Amino acid sequence: MTTGAGDEVLRLTGITRRFGTLVANDGIDLMLRRGEVLALLGENGAGKTTLMNILFGHYLADAGSVTVMGRPLPPGNPAAALAAGLGMVHQHFTLAEQMTVLENVLLGTLPLWRAGLPLGAARERLMRLAEDFGLAIDPDARVGTLSVGERQRVEILKALWRDARILILDEPTAVLTPQETDALTATLRRMVGQGLSVVFISHKLHEVLGLADRCVVLRHGRVVAEVSTAGATRADLARLMVGEEVATPSVAPGRPGAPLLTLEHVATRAQGTAHPLRGVSMTLRAGTITGLAGVSGNGQAALSDLISGLIAPTAGRMQIADAPPRGWSPRAAVAAGIARIPEDRHKTGTVADFTLTENAILETYARAPFSRRGWMDWRAARDFCTRLIAAYDLRGSGPEGRIRLLSGGNMQKLILGRVLEHHPRIILANQPVRGLDVGAIAYVHGRLLAARDDGAAILLISEDLDEIMTLSDDIHVISEGRLSPAFPRGTMTTADLGLWMAGQGFADAA
Amino acid sequence: MRLEPIANPPLARRLGLPALAIAATTAFGSGLAAVAGADPFATLGLILTGAAGSRFALLETLNRATPLIFTGLAIAVAFRARLWNIGAEAQLYAGAILTVLVGTSGLGLPFVHPAMALAAIGAGAVLLLGPVLLKTRLGVDEVVTTLLLNFVVLLLVSYLLEGPMKDPGGMGWPKSEPLPREARLPRIVEGLRLHWGFALALIAAVAVWVIQTRTTLGYEIRAVGLNPRAARFAGIPVGAVMVKTALLSGGLAAMAGFSEVAGLKGHLSLDLSPGFGYTGIIVAMLALLHPLAVVPSALFVAGIFVGADSMSRAAEVPTYIADMLLAAALLFMVLALGLTRYRVVRG
Amino acid sequence: MMELLDILLAGSFWAAAVRIASPLIFATMGELICERAGVLNLGIEGIMVIGAFTGWIAVYMGAPLWWGVAAAMLAGMTFGLLHAILTVPFGLSQHVVGLGVTLLATSTSYFVYRLALPEVTSPPRIEPFQNLPIPILSDIPLIGPAFFNQTPLTYAAFACAGLTALVLWRTPLGLAIRAAGENPSAVAAQGLSVTGLRMGAVIVGSGLMAVGGSFLTLSAFSSFFFEMVNGRGWICVALVVFGAWRPGKAVLGALLFAAFDALQIRLQQTDIGQIVPYQAFLAVPYVLSILALILMSRRAEVPAALMIPFNKGER
Repeated sequence: MTTGAGDEVLRLTGITRRFGTLVANDGIDLMLRRGEVLALLGENGAGKTTLMNILFGHYLADAGSVTVMGRPLPPGNPAAALAAGLGMVHQHFTLAEQMTVLENVLLGTLPLWRAGLPLGAARERLMRLAEDFGLAIDPDARVGTLSVGERQRVEILKALWRDARILILDEPTAVLTPQETDALTATLRRMVGQGLSVVFISHKLHEVLGLADRCVVLRHGRVVAEVSTAGATRADLARLMVGEEVATPSVAPGRPGAPLLTLEHVATRAQGTAHPLRGVSMTLRAGTITGLAGVSGNGQAALSDLISGLIAPTAGRMQIADAPPRGWSPRAAVAAGIARIPEDRHKTGTVADFTLTENAILETYARAPFSRRGWMDWRAARDFCTRLIAAYDLRGSGPEGRIRLLSGGNMQKLILGRVLEHHPRIILANQPVRGLDVGAIAYVHGRLLAARDDGAAILLISEDLDEIMTLSDDIHVISEGRLSPAFPRGTMTTADLGLWMAGQGFADAA
Repeated sequence: MRLEPIANPPLARRLGLPALAIAATTAFGSGLAAVAGADPFATLGLILTGAAGSRFALLETLNRATPLIFTGLAIAVAFRARLWNIGAEAQLYAGAILTVLVGTSGLGLPFVHPAMALAAIGAGAVLLLGPVLLKTRLGVDEVVTTLLLNFVVLLLVSYLLEGPMKDPGGMGWPKSEPLPREARLPRIVEGLRLHWGFALALIAAVAVWVIQTRTTLGYEIRAVGLNPRAARFAGIPVGAVMVKTALLSGGLAAMAGFSEVAGLKGHLSLDLSPGFGYTGIIVAMLALLHPLAVVPSALFVAGIFVGADSMSRAAEVPTYIADMLLAAALLFMVLALGLTRYRVVRG
Repeated sequence: MMELLDILLAGSFWAAAVRIASPLIFATMGELICERAGVLNLGIEGIMVIGAFTGWIAVYMGAPLWWGVAAAMLAGMTFGLLHAILTVPFGLSQHVVGLGVTLLATSTSYFVYRLALPEVTSPPRIEPFQNLPIPILSDIPLIGPAFFNQTPLTYAAFACAGLTALVLWRTPLGLAIRAAGENPSAVAAQGLSVTGLRMGAVIVGSGLMAVGGSFLTLSAFSSFFFEMVNGRGWICVALVVFGAWRPGKAVLGALLFAAFDALQIRLQQTDIGQIVPYQAFLAVPYVLSILALILMSRRAEVPAALMIPFNKGER
């Protein structure tokens, strides 16, 4: 255990996996030492998640092998991976919400055919584990009632319960406040201190530098670099990740005009476990971008649904230009000149089995020229779609192709074109670049800035603080359904915003 | 084992797999005949000639297909919008009740056929409206409510035929007063036993196809069926579209009742439909929910029924072979459809 | 009013209610297990028919009664396997497959019945399960005849419900089944097979549905006739919702439901039965089921992954 060779706990050799013509992993080699925190850095689509799915036996590799603690791991066998001491915390938690913490932890740890559940003993052991690693949790709480940070603790506890020696975390901080992230860091440090090893997957550079000892960079399915984080800079990592010099975009400030959308003390009804809005006031002005920062699940969905027309305020006033809207609905929102770019372009933004043409008119199909007296004019619709394809540099399919065949970036371009072609006064951009590659990100941001300069008022919702701070003229932070005051460009640091995201400013302000 | 979506299924796959499903159904039928101790080829041959081997057989098949086209369309329209209307049987009977009520009212209405049809359509539409409103307002699963309503409506028919609507000249049989001659649907060609209901069914198929492809409502129905969430976000009034779909679907199913009463039977009885409402599901699925394809699909299904009836008189194979064959065809076809869009892969 | 009181105070009424509830309890438990694992099984109606038929024909051909029950269960499991293959690994529409299985199971029963008994006009009777009074307990007024003087198959129905609750909430297997219906990726992440769990649940659940069907021929009516299941399967689907996917509540629902059914049969013989047509009484179970669905719509705790195929389309 003390010699160099014994330090190696995990080795991946020549892992290759193809999906059709796409090579998701291309001869990847990776090694992990005992007591080490390794970051796996790469853009969306670089092959990080595929690699982990192969490691855990959810996919089969076309070539390559895995050894854990010097022993070869049988491929395509999730149970064997777990038994070998691998533990995974997925980005999208794998928890059964209607079941308790204890039930979730016990799931799959006992032989299926034994009678009875040793709940008492299990509860005790879980409490002890939680204490050892600083992961406070109520074993009998239903997971559905827990916060996102607490759920992540349950996921980590599940791995620790199985005596995982190697913990793999997929984008662990995407859902955490900066302060929760600090707590997670402390837990991980405690774990490596006890001889565990950690791999974490991320595309956030500052976390990689803050958390990891060593960093492996993936690009287009290949390992392109392996660097020690000591001495590395964000610019170094960004260049390695993207493969080119990344110019920090400089954005000229907007020229604020008249208020186009005003919320005064608006509240909404609770829906599911997400936070509703509680007394939210904000003003969106012509010619500006207003950024909404916050940990996901704190009311972004409610605000987005409100402006999209899906829900109406239960209290307070909403004004568009100077008048409150009548009969609030998605169609009313579109009619009021609100362009809506939804968070989930696959499930909310488009109908996968519709053609590009059919998707292009999804919001305006009921109006002339697309529809007259109940009859569709498909020629007009097709012409409109052809125009969008040309104007928005949309590649991959013609107007009659199914939209499910498009890449995320091209799909987003269709949505952009669909709403921007009608020269909206207000734009709701909810996570507009999530999951896109660098080129598409630049394109979307460019279009949004152009719309801003044309006098649109834009609300930008994002979990990426860098994106918010770069583009926004004003920033609001949302936490548990409450909204912070507007902070003008350049008045706040990441750490300041983090405090608000954790809900700290609100208590003072109240 | 996982299912991997096929982005753009090749034509060979899109046509080959359904063809394979038909072949598998035929093989299954041969097996059944063999189990029954009959010669498989002879049995299938008897079914075929029984369905289409003579002018009489062919007309019988066309007559049997008529209500199936209507119920098949009713199901196809509803399933497209992901509205699981399993209550076509009840809607058919509701249409039949109103047809008899209007037709025997003795009011001497000038346009008795349209009046009967409209009343029938109204009844079927209203019957489906309840479950659909329960679905859109309260989230009650419409599968179970429409299924249960089938039993309730059948009991209502039984009550009506033994009580208020009983034919005084019916010698005690539970059947309604017959429609007067002028209320019956005439035959398309004099001397041929095929009534105008069949033509109406063909017109309905074309009409539904035009609605789905050319009208705003059709666009809305398809959007709601393919992705209700995106449809709602885009501003399509999902609830209203569901209601309109229900009216269309219920009305079409009720037309089957109208056509059977006014075109074929001339009165209402408890054996008016041998499960046309349920068989409509098979018709619609075999047609891949395409309204024009419902016509050949209904002819195929009707042919199996008529052919099996005639075959079982000649061979010792029970007529229920038809129901088994069609159930198998349904399952084979859904499987073929599934495999058209997804391929099974390891890991 | 007095008549109603007379009915409710008769031991025979409560005995009938429990008897009527027994097949529903078996089938409801079967459906509940399927749905807890995430699969809606609309094959239930047809599987009850094939269970009723198989149990009866086995006994008619000389098998002991319990072998008849076993044969019914086996037949149900076979159709459950068909349903499971199509809906779980192939991820096909549970609505359509369920209805297809119902059509296939029903027509298979009728086909085989006609093959086996080509000339028969009225179906032959068999010697069904006899009541097995439990000493002492069966002498308790009302409760005795209701719960302790029934056929062994009724006792088995209650045992089945207890066992279902025990397995689902007090064993690792039950934990895994419930998780498969809540969040299948949680199950897969722990190295368990979602496909295996769901298929197993559908097969076993279908077996129970068929046993429920066999109750009709082996314990209630002593012969097989067409349409004898008559929507009981659909009623059980409603009972699962009414019972909020919990075995205990579902059994209470089945008993409540059966009590109404027993009541309507008796009311038909009273003065009320002279005024109200008998069809209205016969409609009571179906109307009650619809009402139950409406009543529970607001607070139903549906398994989160019900009707959602697991391994489809993701990469």
